[in-house]
Amino acid sequence: MIRLQPRAMPSKLMGYLAPVIALCLTLLSGLILFALLGVPIGEAFHAFFIEPVSTLYGLSELGVKAAPLILIGVGLSIGFRAQVWNIGAEGQLILGGICGGAVALYFYEVEAWYVLPLMMLAGVIGGMLWAAIPALLKTRFNANEILTSLMLTYVAGLLLSFLVHGALRDPDGYNFPESRLFHDAALLPVIMEGTRLHIGAIVAVFVVVAGWVLLSRTMLGFALKVNGAAPRAGAYAGFGQKRLIWFSLLFTGGLAGLAGLFEVAGPIGQLLPTISPGYGFTAIIVAFLGRLHPVGVLFAGLVMALSYLGGESAQITLNLPVAVTGVFQGLLLFFLLATDVLINFKIVRNVRRQL
Amino acid sequence: MSVSAPRSDTQLVSMQAISKQYPGCLANDAVDLNLGAGEIHALLGENGAGKSTLVKILYGLLQCDSGHIEWNGERVNIASPAVARDLGIAMVFQHFSLFDSLTVLENIALGMAVDADATLHLRIREVSERYGLPLDPDRSVYTLSVGERQRIEIVRCLLQDPRLLIMDEPTSVLTPQEVNELFVTLKRLASEGVAILYISHKLDEIKALCDKATILRDGKRVASADPAVESARSLAALMMGDELSDVEPRSSSAIDTAIMQLSKLNYPASDSTGISIQDVNLELKQGELLGIAGVAGNGQDELLRLIAGEVMPSGGSSIVVKGLDITNSGAGVRRTQGLCCVPEERLGHAAVPSMSLTENVLLTAHHRMSMTSLGLVSKAASRRFANEIIEKFNVQCSGPDAMASSLSGGNLQKFIVGREILQNPDVLVVSQPTWGVDAGAAAAIHKALRALAASGSAVLVISQDLDELMQLCDRISALCAGRLSQTYPTSEVTVQQVGLLMGGAALEAST
Repeated sequence: MIRLQPRAMPSKLMGYLAPVIALCLTLLSGLILFALLGVPIGEAFHAFFIEPVSTLYGLSELGVKAAPLILIGVGLSIGFRAQVWNIGAEGQLILGGICGGAVALYFYEVEAWYVLPLMMLAGVIGGMLWAAIPALLKTRFNANEILTSLMLTYVAGLLLSFLVHGALRDPDGYNFPESRLFHDAALLPVIMEGTRLHIGAIVAVFVVVAGWVLLSRTMLGFALKVNGAAPRAGAYAGFGQKRLIWFSLLFTGGLAGLAGLFEVAGPIGQLLPTISPGYGFTAIIVAFLGRLHPVGVLFAGLVMALSYLGGESAQITLNLPVAVTGVFQGLLLFFLLATDVLINFKIVRNVRRQL
Repeated sequence: MSVSAPRSDTQLVSMQAISKQYPGCLANDAVDLNLGAGEIHALLGENGAGKSTLVKILYGLLQCDSGHIEWNGERVNIASPAVARDLGIAMVFQHFSLFDSLTVLENIALGMAVDADATLHLRIREVSERYGLPLDPDRSVYTLSVGERQRIEIVRCLLQDPRLLIMDEPTSVLTPQEVNELFVTLKRLASEGVAILYISHKLDEIKALCDKATILRDGKRVASADPAVESARSLAALMMGDELSDVEPRSSSAIDTAIMQLSKLNYPASDSTGISIQDVNLELKQGELLGIAGVAGNGQDELLRLIAGEVMPSGGSSIVVKGLDITNSGAGVRRTQGLCCVPEERLGHAAVPSMSLTENVLLTAHHRMSMTSLGLVSKAASRRFANEIIEKFNVQCSGPDAMASSLSGGNLQKFIVGREILQNPDVLVVSQPTWGVDAGAAAAIHKALRALAASGSAVLVISQDLDELMQLCDRISALCAGRLSQTYPTSEVTVQQVGLLMGGAALEAST
């Protein structure tokens, strides 16, 4: 029999290896699942993992999907380091989309350089405002931010739906629940001709670097880490805990809001009742898969973006249901949590104790 | 494995060649321990010597990897505390497991899994009277002092008619008066044939109480000794393995200039189990060592956090350091003004367990030492400071990148105290500086605190260890239920008198 034995020290190697093992296990069980469904394994593997990235356009789409995941994932990983569990990035993303989109619609047909920056600002502020609600409830009433931020996500979804069915609906849209298409000045510039890859991808890379510097080189980043690892030591050092809760939530909220604005001003180009395929939730997996490190989040974001593309491709070529994306994401988180045990424990053969 | 043990026939309990391996540490290495009925046997050793592991094996909380236990000459397998209790082994732990909101009677009934009825009520009264352990079965636990709480645990054990009573550092939470009462009870029990295994590192107690002593060092049994014959010094030498340096005579360096004034310091308890700090007044002079004695849980933690700036006092309070009112300033401003603190709990409060020493330096030193450039943290600077602490305070570790949790208690304490002292504070407030620290590290810390005072800084030492305070400090006072007594020069009060202060009594005018 095998059993788990505590390690004297957490294994650094396993810290890096665990996500890789989890990925392999996800792949393996995914393929077994396909085999059970009667789908040829080779074709399924190709459709899911190779085909989406075999063309330049495919790669650009990977960037389109990865950008919001990375933006939010960096924010979340910084918050999670401080033990601030913001689960409502999806809602903050939606509010960013609403606020930024509203600015775009207000300046409809205004051809000016300032429209886009104003939209970005509005998107960031929208996400921050939505995240400020759980921050206020947490610091003032000690309400659990997991619950409040999660529940506000559904409020945000309904608010968006209410607006595109009402105030922001396209006046010439035959009562379809959607806004006007944004004017050119309100659309993000595309980096590569013929693709949808927008400047959000560049911003995401910039945010990765900024997040890295923040965490590893600033007093604020250090305070966040201390607050997460030993809150009483944080109080002793004089790092105000409330300030850190506010920062964590507003920082993530702002980035999620920006990601939401990039969605509506980029690939979508208008406000729809649904503007995100769950980027805010998937980013939670991205943060953990990336070991709560901005650079790790960059890679994890690309992996999770592939699961979206692979899911779409599998739908088209193999007639698999769209749920396959969710299955892969769930399996990955499941295996990641399981393999994380190996950081603090090692597997040993059970030797009978001699008496 | 058959070990011939000629003496084991006459012994109540005989532990033979007990070994226990933890990951990365051999806690017990072939340890023998023999105990006869009616014997008070000391288990002596520094922190980390393996005392707790050994008694946990005896009480069935841990299983040994090799070796065996004989009870009345018969080999037994103590698989759980229930088996131990059935044999007649009872244990009083260092940390009590009592429900504050329940009565004494209900707590005892819960621990024994019997009904809290009139019979039990009567038996508690009987036992407590017989052994001089006054205890009212109907009082709620939260109204009791620590000494009284310990009595509940002892009575709970005695109700089971034990043949062996294990006591894990029972006096660390008691006043000197309470210690004397406890010793009377234990001697009475021994005279009735109960064997007592007494775990401690306080040598004078062991000399006063015990018939025999087994001394552990680094998991091995290094000696069996007769405490009546050995001197405290020779016992200490056995325990620590090398010669002790003599304690330097204390010479006060106090100058009559106040450097920190606490006046009318008040802080309401945050919950029903917390302690309110009430009307604390204190003046700390330049170059002096001032001690605050007191039994644990009388507001020491609250007082330290108030002075450190972790919590804010209520209105009307005032804290002044070097003429500046810092009553409402945060911890950072206080450090910049020259006030540094060392809280009692090393891991999780004074240091972050999962971070390296280099990072732990940053925790408090960034206020007074230059550790940032252009807003970015300079790892080189904090590393340099960590190295300086390791070198000057002789911290045993693998280097500045070692995780705080990987250091032994004594070495981590040296590092933390070193981190604050090397910032050259004008006022250092340190709580339980040598709690759970081996004697070598304790001596080093005492020396460093003296040197700091000699250089003109003021040092406030909050400690449960009265001997430490009497030896170290120029003046002493005591904290009881959140109130601070008057201060007295240590040369003018006796241990007994400070014991009275710790119990909340006032001394007669002019001693």
